[in-house]
Amino acid sequence: MSRIETRFADLKQRGRKALIPFITAGDPAKDITVTLMHILVQSGADLLELGVPFSDPMADGPVIQHASERALVNGTSLKDVLAMVAEFRKKDNDTPVILMGYLNPIEALGYAEFADLASQAGVDGALTVDLPPEEGQELVAALQQQGLDTIYLLAPTSTAERIQRIADMASGFLYYVSLKGVTGAGNLDLSEVRQRLDSIRRHTGLPLGVGFGINSPEIAAEVSTFADAVVVGSAIVKRIAEYESSPDVIMKELQTFVGALRQAMDTAAVNDKQTCGGQG
Amino acid sequence: MSAYALPDERGHFGVYGGVFVAETLMQPVTELLAAYEKYKQDPEFQAELDRDLAYYVGRPSPLYFAERLTQLVGGTRIYLKREDLNHTGAHKINNTVGQALLAKRMGKPRLIAETGAGQHGVATATVAARLGMECVVYMGTEDIQRQAINVYRMKLLGAEVVPVESGSKTLKDALNEAMRDWVAHVDNTFYVIGTVAGPHPYPAMVRDFQAIIGHETRQQLQQLEGRLPDALVACVGGGSNAMGLFYPFLNDASVELHGVEAAGDGLETGHHAAPLCDGDVGVLHGNRTYLMETEDGQIIETHSISAGLDYPGVGPEHAWLKDEGRASYSAIDDKEALEAFHTLTRIEGIIPALESSHAVAYAIKLAAKMPKDKIMVVNLSGRGDKDIHTVAALGGIKL
Repeated sequence: MSRIETRFADLKQRGRKALIPFITAGDPAKDITVTLMHILVQSGADLLELGVPFSDPMADGPVIQHASERALVNGTSLKDVLAMVAEFRKKDNDTPVILMGYLNPIEALGYAEFADLASQAGVDGALTVDLPPEEGQELVAALQQQGLDTIYLLAPTSTAERIQRIADMASGFLYYVSLKGVTGAGNLDLSEVRQRLDSIRRHTGLPLGVGFGINSPEIAAEVSTFADAVVVGSAIVKRIAEYESSPDVIMKELQTFVGALRQAMDTAAVNDKQTCGGQG
Repeated sequence: MSAYALPDERGHFGVYGGVFVAETLMQPVTELLAAYEKYKQDPEFQAELDRDLAYYVGRPSPLYFAERLTQLVGGTRIYLKREDLNHTGAHKINNTVGQALLAKRMGKPRLIAETGAGQHGVATATVAARLGMECVVYMGTEDIQRQAINVYRMKLLGAEVVPVESGSKTLKDALNEAMRDWVAHVDNTFYVIGTVAGPHPYPAMVRDFQAIIGHETRQQLQQLEGRLPDALVACVGGGSNAMGLFYPFLNDASVELHGVEAAGDGLETGHHAAPLCDGDVGVLHGNRTYLMETEDGQIIETHSISAGLDYPGVGPEHAWLKDEGRASYSAIDDKEALEAFHTLTRIEGIIPALESSHAVAYAIKLAAKMPKDKIMVVNLSGRGDKDIHTVAALGGIKL
């Protein structure tokens, strides 16, 4: 069983929903990323999404664009990101790590080489934003060969036929993009997201994560009542940007914010159980 | 070469092209493909397009024998395809007229576009004004400074010009921002891409709209000389004017195709915009093609005197034509382009765009080596009025 599968199975047993924070590797500095990863886990993260910086992040809003720019100014390459994961694994062998980014840095390295190095480093899966399943067979095969999961996005615009095709190719979990827009945008319609998730579950038994636009403990808590995982990116990265020059403050801020997300989600889970218990 | 029928149904030209976009855009791209396939066969759509091209754009554009330039070079006979005489002053409008008619039929009242030099932005704002559509143009802040007159033209035409501050603040970043807008407004918005790049069907669709350039050239030369040209020359940024000229001649093996990229400060300096001459294969803006990138796969900033060629990628069909050896690609640096700008202005009384000046510069070199009884056609893709300030500043003159 892959680390991601094990983690979701374990969470299900404990009645806990997965919290997946996102940070961009190398932001604001290369040497702080591994420390931040450990802090995220200590504060309540179940899986980690590590952004691979790219010069042209077309699906990202300004917050993550700027994070990418800061990381690139620091010279953060894909190989550096893999080295960070290897370093993280020295102290944490259980928390799944997913790389999220764009195809071109992986193309430049070569699919087989990337899959090999990622697996050695202890990466568990890859989410390549601009690689739809139609173009993805080759990379998926290379990742599979190394036992890595391919995480796919589903969008509000995905048709039933596409959802089925993507569900058939995906492994680990599926990531539902909760709005038509870029990362960090606002105006989530949670009842619509809930309905969409219900219809996606008809196509797949994979755990379903939700992300894009989840920026507060309250929204995270509500989403966690119908999703298996909650992804929070821009709201965390914004806090990193704000205290760019003081690492200590960043660490404290992330502890507080991720801790609050965790607590809100756990409270929601308890309330949910109680409600169900009452009805039963 | 057998009859040319690319791209395949998924938008591939060999290994190039394809659809590399985020999931949210897959549905709108699919919807666009279906609409394009439908309307390109539709006689009513074609008739409306032909009417607009004739009476609004002013086609056909002349095929002009450049007698004095031919004499000066002392080589082959040089013809200029005068796309500079189109409405708005460049070939760009051939495509925006087509895409706007498509948008109208698809029920999308809002047009968005990216622009570098401003020509495509102006061409989009122009058709939007005529059809009463909303228009938003994304433009890098660097380019807004370089092309103040075109920015004002777009505003006069009723378009909103959105400054793009991210990345290198030029054309590629404007394209990123337009994609982000599209993701957020897929229901009512049509993205008018200005070149033969982007996810399928854009490279094929833009080529088809621009192919009027080559079709006319073929017919006009038949009337004037009774035969096919021996060589075609066009500048290549994204490559839409070149694809438009080349496409109707791809099956004519005797016709040489020459694409001319921007060598900027010189290919050897690395400060250029010539991915076909000195780039690597990668994926950007929805398609696989040649790119200017670092070893790590990060896109690098390009340099050219001409904002319209200042782009790190190139249309995937050009990448394929290069690998197949059907077209050959060279590069002309800033200095050579500027020299050709002055030469053509003084000797023919035609002020070319700095983009087109790259094609003229290469044509002068090539024509000198070709026999006098051969025929060359150079695509004069745009007029140079927009570049007057740049050229004056380089000459130390303040206007």
